[in-house]
Amino acid sequence: MSMPFFVPGDDPGANFPELLRRVGMQPTAITTGTGDLSVPHATTCVALRYEDGVVMAGDRRATSGNLISHRSMEKVVPADKFSGVAIAGAAGPAMEMIKLFQLQLEHYEKVEGAFLSLEGKANQLSMMVRGNLPAAMQGMLVVPIFAGYDHRRVAGRLWAYDVTGGRYEEHEYVATGSGSLHAGQVIKLGHRPHFSRDEALDLACRALWEAADADSSTGGPDALRGIYPVIATITVEGWQRVGDDELAQRYAAIATEMRDRS
Amino acid sequence: MSMPFYVAPEQVMKDRADYARKGIARGRAMVAVRYSDGIALVAENPSNTLRKISEIYDRIAFAGVGKYNEFDQLRVAGVRAADLKGYQYSRDDVDARSLANNYAQMLGQIFTHEMKPMEVEILVAEVALDTEHDQLFHILYDGTVMDERRFSVLGGDAEAISSRLNESFEEGLSLAVAVKAGVNALSGPDRTLTADDLEVAVLSRLNGRRCFARLNDADVTTYLES
Repeated sequence: MSMPFFVPGDDPGANFPELLRRVGMQPTAITTGTGDLSVPHATTCVALRYEDGVVMAGDRRATSGNLISHRSMEKVVPADKFSGVAIAGAAGPAMEMIKLFQLQLEHYEKVEGAFLSLEGKANQLSMMVRGNLPAAMQGMLVVPIFAGYDHRRVAGRLWAYDVTGGRYEEHEYVATGSGSLHAGQVIKLGHRPHFSRDEALDLACRALWEAADADSSTGGPDALRGIYPVIATITVEGWQRVGDDELAQRYAAIATEMRDRS
Repeated sequence: MSMPFYVAPEQVMKDRADYARKGIARGRAMVAVRYSDGIALVAENPSNTLRKISEIYDRIAFAGVGKYNEFDQLRVAGVRAADLKGYQYSRDDVDARSLANNYAQMLGQIFTHEMKPMEVEILVAEVALDTEHDQLFHILYDGTVMDERRFSVLGGDAEAISSRLNESFEEGLSLAVAVKAGVNALSGPDRTLTADDLEVAVLSRLNGRRCFARLNDADVTTYLES
């Protein structure tokens, strides 16, 4: 492959998807289908704000119809150092979207020599979701959450999306996926402004617990296999994933509490 | 019918090479020095925003001297080529050697076919998993590629800088010593360079996936005073 070289005025700039289009490497769009393809689906993800930034959390299960197709999928991933993306919907297109989104942010950072603003990142994702609309019409829905730390505003921020690329900034929390109703309710009732890290993590754990309890497509903590949800904090220091040891302790405590209650 | 004057090809090439060399010699130099955990890149550059050294990919850095707009164009082309290759295949498949070849072809093509050659010298550096396989590809304005082992010197006055660096270089230097050796080689005996006049970055094996990191003025000052 030769090096892409463009004349001034005809240069794609820091736009990676545009570069892909220009060199003829853009992925084939999914535009046909009956809408009942049995592809793996990823489910519940939440994000909430706390005093230092945001917490993002997602379960690990992917389902194809009534089958569990993956037990250890990672739907919450860092988009770059100071932001993360969580995805619910058709796993294939979702993973491709995440990959392209991560690449786009890194490509911009390298070409321009500066980070894209958090709002700019949220906008980019919005355009990608919008670009997936034809596939969404065929049943390949991808509905992400975007969250990150905004250095200009010195606060964590989070966004929910719809399939058309609609972008909605929320102030307390967002939830997406099949278990989002249950997870969202837990956070809605328990969330307080200026939560500490400990309180925010505890609430995120409980939200996923309740979602897994009531929604068959959402996986709960799996102590047997040592598989716990992916939970991460994003602060001024950047993305930090919460270790499985800490999650194991938190879920053990929640389980004990549930047992005592009954 | 008018006949164009005959100019011997040797003369054409020599004129172009002289032109390019003159352009490069006007700018300030930069050096890349291998150290125990990677590669230190030190450039004399009073600007804090117009960079000579930058990141291309996870383990690959780019440095250019000469005409800024020309090497910056090459830098962006490199970032694009690397990101496209990583997207098409895998991140592990992006390597400095093929990138250096691409650059060499492009510079060679421009040198022979365009009105004017690019007045640049560039470096493509890759940090390997172990010290032995670190790579430094030094590419000239006409597409000549040199694979250098210990250190690279780019820009005007390269010979003097190179001989100074040759005296202080040894295998397995610490970062502080490598930076200091690079700065001393750049400055020579009659000048002193401070952190303000320098742009310093590293490709370090200890940095995780993205090995490239810039050093801030405070770090550079500490290394120079150590």
